[in-house]
Amino acid sequence: MTRPRKLIRWLVLLVVFHSIIAGAGFFAPYDPVEQDRDHPYFPPMRVHFVDAHGHLHQRPFFYPLRLREGSFDQYEEVTASAVPLHFFTRGPAYRLLGFVPSRLHLFDADGARIYLLGSDAYGRDQLSRILFGGQVSLLAGLLGAAVTLLLGALIGMAAGYYGGWRDELLMRAAELFLALPWLYLLFALRAFLPLAVSPLEAFILVVVVIGMVGWARPARLLRGVVLTVKERDFVRAARGFGASDLYLLRRHILPETASVLLTQAAILVPQFVLAEMTLSFLGLGVPEPMSSWGNLLASLQQYSVLVSYWWMYLPALAIVPFFLGYLGLASALQERTGDYKMEEKSSWSPT
Amino acid sequence: MRYFLRRAFHAVFLLFGVSLLTFLFSALTPGNYFDEMRLNPQISPETVAALRAQYQLDRPLPVRYAHWLNAVAHGELGFSFAYNSPVGPLLWVRARNTLLLTVTATLFAWLLALPLGVWSASRFGRAPDRVLSWATATLLVIPDLVLALGLLILAVRTGWFPTGGLVSVGFETMSPLHKIRDLAFHMALPVTALVLATLPMLVRHVRASVAEVLQAPFLRAAVGHGIPNRKLLYGYALRAAANPLISLFGFSVGTLLSGSLLVEVVMSWPGLGPLLLEAILARDLYLVIGGVLLSMIFLVAGNLFADVLLFWADPRIRIAASAK
Repeated sequence: MTRPRKLIRWLVLLVVFHSIIAGAGFFAPYDPVEQDRDHPYFPPMRVHFVDAHGHLHQRPFFYPLRLREGSFDQYEEVTASAVPLHFFTRGPAYRLLGFVPSRLHLFDADGARIYLLGSDAYGRDQLSRILFGGQVSLLAGLLGAAVTLLLGALIGMAAGYYGGWRDELLMRAAELFLALPWLYLLFALRAFLPLAVSPLEAFILVVVVIGMVGWARPARLLRGVVLTVKERDFVRAARGFGASDLYLLRRHILPETASVLLTQAAILVPQFVLAEMTLSFLGLGVPEPMSSWGNLLASLQQYSVLVSYWWMYLPALAIVPFFLGYLGLASALQERTGDYKMEEKSSWSPT
Repeated sequence: MRYFLRRAFHAVFLLFGVSLLTFLFSALTPGNYFDEMRLNPQISPETVAALRAQYQLDRPLPVRYAHWLNAVAHGELGFSFAYNSPVGPLLWVRARNTLLLTVTATLFAWLLALPLGVWSASRFGRAPDRVLSWATATLLVIPDLVLALGLLILAVRTGWFPTGGLVSVGFETMSPLHKIRDLAFHMALPVTALVLATLPMLVRHVRASVAEVLQAPFLRAAVGHGIPNRKLLYGYALRAAANPLISLFGFSVGTLLSGSLLVEVVMSWPGLGPLLLEAILARDLYLVIGGVLLSMIFLVAGNLFADVLLFWADPRIRIAASAK
């Protein structure tokens, strides 16, 4: 009784998170690649309701920052001039979901720049970059999972349905892929693909590489399902009526695998988002100026950034709610299908 | 004996498959290490061609693979273009450091996971178990990259731990005791990251399998006989639950190797990870293949070790093996 509700709860949570990222243009106050060389490495700014004199303001406001006297990296608030925040204002143009042109933004600061999560070396707004970077990372994860599941479904169904030497061959290959530590596999695949490419090509490359890594586990699970389903009476009956292999697979066997595929998707997507992050963090994925959760973290490889600018770590935390949501969804799905296995729930790498 | 032969055969098949796979991938690659030289006007095309010929990059793939296999059979893993030296020695130095890290982390992770998991299972569903479940769930939703970077920031800002490298400057002049302390000090951060990344999975598995065994009739009988709790849990239950856990050990070696790759790069630990990354960026073909293969050897060794353990711990396997 509580189980469907649990499932719905996690689904709603995930839909909310994804909508925020999908609507990055609306939630982000600035263009993610717009630079402001006068404001490099500004710390996160605070939003106030009460000003320095103790007066309550009608709308939230913030104080611009300036360098503290005699310091080169410490900032202080200029309490003389409060800049009010306005909501649902017109700002820089963007395309919602890549299609709908719009200028509507959630908030704006009268043309001044507010860095809620700080700014990077070029004065780009971190909040905007995290939101837009999420689009890249999540899309890579979702597409990667789609590629993997497609591959896994094809291979698993072929192996389970046809059996014999095909089954033997495919499952040996799957074992090979399962045994490899996933990051090494990712590296090995990435090592032999071109390095200097345009952001879009790099993105496609990342999706393909990620998609090719994880097919083995879904393939094996699907093979198991197909093995049992193909002996069921309704399948035999359909075959007796002269249904072709393709028809049987598509019409009768594929629907039976839906729950396994769904659960696998819930497990794979966050892993693949992380895989994209890892590749981009190491400089093997999506390059600048495009932002992704991975390459936003790349600056942390410099010691100076690590020491002085802690807010550059904030993009790392963006993935945590998604991990939580997908983990919850996966375990709710597994409970629902009765396939309650600790192993599946807690193994976080595709291998 | 048959059992081990079969496992060993499996391992060899795995290594063979991986090497073939990496070579196949390398054949798909556009460009190679010498491409940049071709752009350099000071190097004549003939020189580049000669270099390519010297490293046999102009030969077809099967020939190259055969050559490489032959070299491996003679204990050489090929030649690194970038370092201009054989791959073997390069890898061994780094592999030692990686092993130091992963073996320590494995040890700590299991030493922590076993008592925690057993303790949690013995209080299944009660408050301590719930708290621990929450803790592991929390750790589970923090990806290893996020965890490693977070620890690094913490270390940098507090200055409690060194943030990179294997040893301090002046390591050679230290006394043996100080050397060990220095090394441990440098290892603390990467080992913590690795342990925290693998711990939740291990604890959950231990908890699940011990909890399952605790339901078994023979253990209820043992409780009825008044056998002390500690002996019951660690002597009986853990031993009966060992089978899936040992399989998990083999599996966790793979996860740990992946994790270690990342942690090494993040925390600049001079292991295989940074070397492999450099090699990928430089298109240093044989170094990449060697590195991947070496990690496979670790993995296979870990799995074989798990098999031996399994054979030792589970009488059913012993009997099945000797019955054949």
